[in-house]
Amino acid sequence: MAASPAPFSLSASTVPARLRAAAVAPLAAGPRWRGRMVVRAKIREIFMPALSSTMTEGKIVSWNTAEGDRVSKGDGVVVVESDKADMDVETFHDGIVAAILVPEGGVAPVGAPIALLAESEEEVAAAVAKAQELAGGGQQQAPPPSADAAATPPPPPPAAEAPVAAPAPVAAGTKGIATPEAKKLAKQHRVDLTKVTGTGRYGRITPADVEAAAGIQPKPKVTPAAAAPPPAAAPAVGTVPKAAELPPVPGATVVPFTTMQAAVSKNMVESLAVPAFRVGYPILTDKLDALYEKVKPKGVTMTVLLAKAAAMALAQHPVVNASCRDGKSFTYNSNINIAVAVAIDGGLITPVLQDADKLDIYLLSQNWKDLVKKARAKQLQPNEYNSGTFTLSNLGMFGVDRFDAILPPGQGAIMAVGASKPTVVTDKDGFFSVKSKMQVNVTADHRIVYGADLAAFLQTFAKIIEDPESLTL
Amino acid sequence: MYSTAMSLSAAAAAVASSSRPDAIRPAGLRFCGLRREALGLRSLQTSPQAVAARRSVVAAASAAENGTAGSGGFDYDLVIIGAGVGGHGAALHAVEKGLKTAIIEGDVVGGTCVNRGCVPSKALLAVSGKMRELRDEHHMKSLGLQVPSAGYDRQAVADHANNLASKIRSNLTNSMKALGVDILNGIGTIVGKQKVRYGKVGFPDNEISARNIIIATGSVPFVPKGIEIDGKTVFTSDHALKLESVPDWIAIVGSGYIGLEFSDVYTALGSEVTFVEALDQLMPGFDPEIAKLAQRILINPRKIDYHTGVFASKITPAKDGKPVLIELIDAKTKEHKETLEVDAALIATGRAPFTKGLGLENINVVTQRGFVPVDERMQVSNLYCIGDANGKLMLAHAASAQGISVVEQICGKDNILNHLSIPAACFTHPEISMVGLTEPQAREKADKEGYEVSVVKTSFKANTKALAENEGDGLAKMIYRPDTGEILGVHILGLHAADLIHEASNAIALGTRVQDIKFAVHAHPTLSEVLDELFKAAKVSSGVSSSVSEPVAA
Repeated sequence: MAASPAPFSLSASTVPARLRAAAVAPLAAGPRWRGRMVVRAKIREIFMPALSSTMTEGKIVSWNTAEGDRVSKGDGVVVVESDKADMDVETFHDGIVAAILVPEGGVAPVGAPIALLAESEEEVAAAVAKAQELAGGGQQQAPPPSADAAATPPPPPPAAEAPVAAPAPVAAGTKGIATPEAKKLAKQHRVDLTKVTGTGRYGRITPADVEAAAGIQPKPKVTPAAAAPPPAAAPAVGTVPKAAELPPVPGATVVPFTTMQAAVSKNMVESLAVPAFRVGYPILTDKLDALYEKVKPKGVTMTVLLAKAAAMALAQHPVVNASCRDGKSFTYNSNINIAVAVAIDGGLITPVLQDADKLDIYLLSQNWKDLVKKARAKQLQPNEYNSGTFTLSNLGMFGVDRFDAILPPGQGAIMAVGASKPTVVTDKDGFFSVKSKMQVNVTADHRIVYGADLAAFLQTFAKIIEDPESLTL
Repeated sequence: MYSTAMSLSAAAAAVASSSRPDAIRPAGLRFCGLRREALGLRSLQTSPQAVAARRSVVAAASAAENGTAGSGGFDYDLVIIGAGVGGHGAALHAVEKGLKTAIIEGDVVGGTCVNRGCVPSKALLAVSGKMRELRDEHHMKSLGLQVPSAGYDRQAVADHANNLASKIRSNLTNSMKALGVDILNGIGTIVGKQKVRYGKVGFPDNEISARNIIIATGSVPFVPKGIEIDGKTVFTSDHALKLESVPDWIAIVGSGYIGLEFSDVYTALGSEVTFVEALDQLMPGFDPEIAKLAQRILINPRKIDYHTGVFASKITPAKDGKPVLIELIDAKTKEHKETLEVDAALIATGRAPFTKGLGLENINVVTQRGFVPVDERMQVSNLYCIGDANGKLMLAHAASAQGISVVEQICGKDNILNHLSIPAACFTHPEISMVGLTEPQAREKADKEGYEVSVVKTSFKANTKALAENEGDGLAKMIYRPDTGEILGVHILGLHAADLIHEASNAIALGTRVQDIKFAVHAHPTLSEVLDELFKAAKVSSGVSSSVSEPVAA
């Protein structure tokens, strides 16, 4: 509660009469806080008001004002949907809406800032800076197109962190035309449309182009059959190839897939289209086990050690970290992101340790802990489970000595790790000894990864595991 | 179009009611669709000739058994030109009244509504409603349903619409045949007083005489100049209802009922939509508050953007590898503003009367912008005109109601249809419906006539059934007179709004007051309780002068 709570009042226009009484209570908070806010700054935060005693969060139904708009006391600036009704929320102050922090459709907890109000144009820039700070180093927002020039901040830096998709623009059509949904997304994610190259029909900017520019991974969506057909219209749209359906078994219980299970099923079926092959390799783990005992008190897990080792090996064999997306080319990934398969209640998910080659094992362990916690709470963000470039699956803890993993779509290889077991081995001088040995088995896409590539990768991986000091560097 | 019609009829009503502001409906008398003011005027305006004519018709009618014999030297008591919903409604009522009736149709029975309008569009909207629901993951999840992915087969959807139209068309035809209405095929032309010729275009070989003639020729889509229709990429609702394609991006010119309904269909099927509206705001015919909420529910969250205050001055169909080009000019300054490039354009700028070739010049009737100018009894010269062709209220059920009203008059019962009691609906998801005046119209009228107006509102979020369906979006509002309890208008946006409006429209038609209807019982839990809430929330101070009464909400 650093600054002012947004003073608000309610207009009756959208409120059913009987809800009004309940909503009046928070009004009292306004004046009490006002003195403090005036002293502090001329930038005021507009907060999500508590519109009823049971409201914990509110959804922004619509902004009646845009960034750069001048508002005066009593104007309804935003419509908020509470658990009970939609209400217009008014401002008690004159000013300029400098930044909208929660876009339409967004949800914010009661008391969270949803917009910044600057008292004069001079404060707008400061407010915008503050908005960025609040957004956690968020992107520069696109200035409102027709707002007065003085109020607009200096030219925005390139919007997206992700490289702007730059395939050759399609001929014909006028540059810079964006579809309605693309425009909406651009506003929402603050993407400057003039910097986006359109890949749609007639070179127009599509929603996918904007998402790419905003660094959003395209959702692994089940292509709906409804994807609009061209105007010429083939008669039968929407025939999705189906796996053969077997007749129902009498007396059996049928439990439909959950969304996650459906996604797994789909990915597994899709993997059949990829020519995969497998290469196994035995690795001695005594030194790794010793290292593990040393770093265990510091919160490092075996999973992280294996992921780190795989990442270091991948750094030397980029082709194993590549993928084949169109059947015609190699796509070399700029990052090494290790996805680790985790069984969770009723399914399987692959949280991703990003930049596993660059981060040290302690940092990775910390990340891993967070990811697992999120995974169990089903709160992983899409980029936290679908940005993997290589997958690690470990069933060693169950005593499995070796197994075979299925290659997930969009990746070049997956490693299956078995249990480490005491085994009688002979060294190069012919001496027998008992050492811990584990079997790893890598499945790879033979369109891009060949046998020798995989063998070389495994050799590197084994060297790292068998002499694991480099893992701690 | 609708707003024009509304203001026309509102003006008419204003005149009527101002002449007898204190008229009170006689107790026990019920005249559906009749304003009590009109009732009061009835005895005053009946001319001696009308009485005489009426008597003779009644005599003829009693002699004719379901129209088996001619009457007084005429081939028919009534000839209706145009077998749309208006003509059909008039024909059925005429037979019921014992008139020998013929109906002339140059195209297909059912007219616009059945073949190219309300009916097939409802089939498409039924599909869009279901698609919308199935695709709304959040909605499904909150109901506990798991639906992997919904897809559709465009041709099958189109077939559904087409099959529905043919089914309703044959129902309509059969109902007229069963009652003995003569269906005459051909283009009808009025060649003189009480004389009609019909036949193929250019060959009106058959001539018949009729004591009374009703013109019910309806309307066609209006296409502003500069717009080139090719039926494939630039088209009107006539083509769109065939659903020959689902474009990736379609511009809809006009944001009235038709445009709005099609935006619902196209976005549900995966298109992105751009509205082009000449007025300064979308949905200009609707109550402003409803329009505002509709924008929040039906426009903003969907893949729709819009340009308001602009005309589409030129639209070129897609050809030679170029997209559809739409030139926008400012509605006021006429300056070029922008050129849109889209995959298709639907022209939904309203409808124009279809009255060419009717031979109106033969009886000295001059049309106004194509519309047949009629009085409040749908009469011009010595014939009648109902439906879209007179432009009073371009809705199918209004045409039918006008037809019934005309038949009543022909049979000697004076009847004036109260257009303010005719409901209208827009079948988006959720639906919009309305009857009577909008809030600004009511306030304007109240200012002129010196009474207070109150407004009550309720949200669908407060309705149990709506919440059970997980469809709490929506608002119902009623505009009424706190001094008398008269209902002036009701507007609903929400689940099944189109079905809910009739309690209000019937109350207006029958003159039921708020203080009476509030005691009517509604089953619980049903959506009808939304209206119950409105009636119960209204505060009527009967007997207290209006200046003292307290507005319930502003």
